Amino acid sequence: MTLRNDIEITPELVANHGLKPDEYQKILDLIGREPTFTELGIFSAMWNEHCSYKSSKKWLRTLPTSGPRVIQGPGENAGVVDIGDGQAIVFKMESHNHPSFIEPYQGAATGVGGILRDVFTMGARPVAVMNALRFGEPENEKTKHLVSGVVAGVGGYGNSFGVPTVGGEVQFDRRYNGNILVNAFAAGLADTDKIFYSKAEGVGLPVVYLGAKTGRDGVGGATMASAEFGDDIEEKRPTVQVGDPFTEKRLLEACLELMATGAVIAIQDMGAAGLTCSAVEMGAKGDLGIELDLDKVPVREERMTAYEMMLSESQERMLMVLHPEKEAEARAVFEKWELDFATVGKTTDDLRFRVLFQGEEVANLPIKELGDEAPEYDRPWIEPAKPEPLGEVPQMDVADAVLGLLNSANHSSRRWVYEQYDTLIQGNSLQTPGGDAGVIRIDGHPTKALAFSSDVNPRYCEADPLEGGKQAVAECWRNIISTGAEPLAATDNLNFGNPERPEIMGQIVMAIKGIGEACRALDFPIVSGNVSLYNETNGRGILPTPTIAGVGLIEDRTKTARNAFAAEGQPILLVGAPAVWGSHMGQSAYLRDIFGRHEGAAPAVDLEHEKKTGHFVLSLIRQGVATAVHDLSDGGLALGLAEMAIRGGIGATVNQLNEIDPIPTFFGEDQGRYLVTVNLDPQGEEMLALWKRAGELGLFAPWIGSTGGNTLKLGDARAISIEQLRDAYEGWFPGFMGSTIS
Amino acid sequence: MKSAVVVFPGLNRERDMVTALEKIGGTPPAVVWHKDTDLPDVDLIVIPGGFSYGDYLRAGAIAARSPMMDIIRDRAEKGVKVLGVCNGFQILTEAGLLPGVLMRNASLKFVCREVKLKIANADTAFTGRYSDGQVIRCPVAHHDGNYFAETDTLKSIEDNGQVVFRYAEGSNPNGSLNDIAGITNAKGNVLGMMPHPENLIEPEHGGEDGRALFAGLLN
Repeated sequence: MTLRNDIEITPELVANHGLKPDEYQKILDLIGREPTFTELGIFSAMWNEHCSYKSSKKWLRTLPTSGPRVIQGPGENAGVVDIGDGQAIVFKMESHNHPSFIEPYQGAATGVGGILRDVFTMGARPVAVMNALRFGEPENEKTKHLVSGVVAGVGGYGNSFGVPTVGGEVQFDRRYNGNILVNAFAAGLADTDKIFYSKAEGVGLPVVYLGAKTGRDGVGGATMASAEFGDDIEEKRPTVQVGDPFTEKRLLEACLELMATGAVIAIQDMGAAGLTCSAVEMGAKGDLGIELDLDKVPVREERMTAYEMMLSESQERMLMVLHPEKEAEARAVFEKWELDFATVGKTTDDLRFRVLFQGEEVANLPIKELGDEAPEYDRPWIEPAKPEPLGEVPQMDVADAVLGLLNSANHSSRRWVYEQYDTLIQGNSLQTPGGDAGVIRIDGHPTKALAFSSDVNPRYCEADPLEGGKQAVAECWRNIISTGAEPLAATDNLNFGNPERPEIMGQIVMAIKGIGEACRALDFPIVSGNVSLYNETNGRGILPTPTIAGVGLIEDRTKTARNAFAAEGQPILLVGAPAVWGSHMGQSAYLRDIFGRHEGAAPAVDLEHEKKTGHFVLSLIRQGVATAVHDLSDGGLALGLAEMAIRGGIGATVNQLNEIDPIPTFFGEDQGRYLVTVNLDPQGEEMLALWKRAGELGLFAPWIGSTGGNTLKLGDARAISIEQLRDAYEGWFPGFMGSTIS
Repeated sequence: MKSAVVVFPGLNRERDMVTALEKIGGTPPAVVWHKDTDLPDVDLIVIPGGFSYGDYLRAGAIAARSPMMDIIRDRAEKGVKVLGVCNGFQILTEAGLLPGVLMRNASLKFVCREVKLKIANADTAFTGRYSDGQVIRCPVAHHDGNYFAETDTLKSIEDNGQVVFRYAEGSNPNGSLNDIAGITNAKGNVLGMMPHPENLIEPEHGGEDGRALFAGLLN
């Protein structure tokens, strides 16, 4: 089907473009006439939630986004953070939720491709990726198919592109049954004096199109990502893009080669709403107009209309403004890599966005207003309802509970997933998935390394978005600390339901508030991010899921820690513990994943305590005292100990407190706690000095037991062999997926 | 000892390979682009891993038909040593420099993990620094590493000692016949292997078991 430009603009057509009547009126007021069909498409692309952040902008502005190391905060393709020695880490996380539910392989693959492009567009060579994946309950008929497709898609793209996957998350909850989450993170290294931005400069300069040809795939994708799902979801399949990692790999090499020639003035990748968003952004940022001649755009389908070309989300494409005198040199680079290179327009001084097609002007819009005048809403919100108070916590044999959690959907090993990702390529991986954070060394640097972690506990966020938002940041920060890295900055990927519902808007407002508080307290600014709203199917929202992905710097990579017991006979300290070691059972994994109960408050996060505890643990790692470190999160002390024993192949014997219920001791989810093994004599001077220092900081770091043997013995419970722990831990995922070839 | 790394578009472990050759051999290899018409005079040609031409059609099939492969074939006939790792191995089989084929993994999934390799023949130009029967650690990362050859070919490579590496201790990750992980040509100067020795050459990789292969070739 081909679409003409002289289609009549009816209220139905406006509604089909996701524009509300008052938004359409705003368009009429802005341009003083009825838009053409192509212009309507352009507005729908620029003004949808995905591109304009119209529901969240007001609240996103409250986040801390600067710091001594921040070179570029939100607003560019990715955030840029100084890591010293003239180098920067460039990173961002972005969702590809809706496409991945419709077509899991391509949806996930193009999610990875999109975030990689965001990073190398800025001149950085990608060095690490992570993926935070959330699926419906395992029993749901679609879950297995979606897990299989998404994991294969993530791997299929990243493996071929050639970047190691260093970490991520995989969780299951029935609230994602109709709306899975695929959040992809990428980070790249660049020289601080060779960062490239999207702001065009100079009038009359060539606007150049690079990469793959334009097809009809993804037309309307960004609009789809801003709508709720209904039962007609399968009909949306044509709006999912198809990825080609081979082209992306060539595009990476060609872009980096081209940047080295000095030809590039501005560069913007074509992501959501493709040519429209990228051209408008480059022009608007540089206070310039842009004129595009669509007859010059390389296409791979016949009879494409202006509307389709402007809204296509074909992958692996870039737009650049080049120095005209270097055009021949630039063309040669792209010819070497056998990629399309076409001058498709020029910069102008009239601040108009003009689109020509077959000799006709199909769009002529004010370029600044397209972005700046996008609707912005202060949507009504209400404080989310508190969960039911915590009832009586059921008793259970501690050993059985540990084995049950290890063999559950949410706490079992993710080996089945991460072995489908190349975790070693580039030869710099120091800690691969399974640790608290992924660690890569900085290629060519004698001592430095970087740590990456992605975290959020959506159940906490549902129970209390403020504390849940704080907790997501704190857990990410803790995981980075646990490797011995100094946390530098983070990116946020905020996944929520329909913001037009006040209770959902309340979740968004409170979660952002919590994230902001934690980021400020922990000196952990948000330098990039993405918002994904309308994650609903038939009116039922997902769990609020503000994913936080952070980056940390290790100055001396001989002073790091892993979350595996390192040696026999070492004391185990529970740093940051309350007097009873553990107490908080509300929203715990114990209640949720063993008893199917979802009540009680989320654990509170004391940010001052987090900071003190984290810095103390970091000092133990840097002094070479800590031999293994693991932050405690869901599943509490018991799960933390079991994971360290399994990964180290060394057992432990741990005490329990007299006259205290062992369930909260071992399964409580109090925040701000780390398990640390030390190479000190528990009765020696150095240990006393450690405790003295902890005491001065107001920290409790009880000696709770010691490593050794081949069993894990928790208090009075029976000893469990490491083999039994490992079988439970490694068994669930292959058992779940294994029944079919997938 | 001079070496060259040949790069086809879509390969992505060429930097790992260049680093390994430089770290172990002391001098950087020549990096040769597939369209170059000239391959420098070297003693060792390496085709690294990745996804040449996206592995579209079949892994290695398109690169195998490039003019560069004619040059490599010619050098191999003259006795120059050729090493193909992962996609390099696939390209060498597709080009007919090595017998057999590499099919999709039996699991149908990409696999990246550490495996055990048994040195099945230490009397080659590539494995002289190892000993027969020695078991080493080595990572794999591939989607199409399932080695297959028809019965006569399999018998002949086994009888001739052309099987150099086998997956050991039940660690065959892909369903390869006879646990084959790496083979040479009949003359012994062309080696193809699926595992990545270049990713296990220094303590920070968690081991150095891959080092001896390069050390033997470069010194």
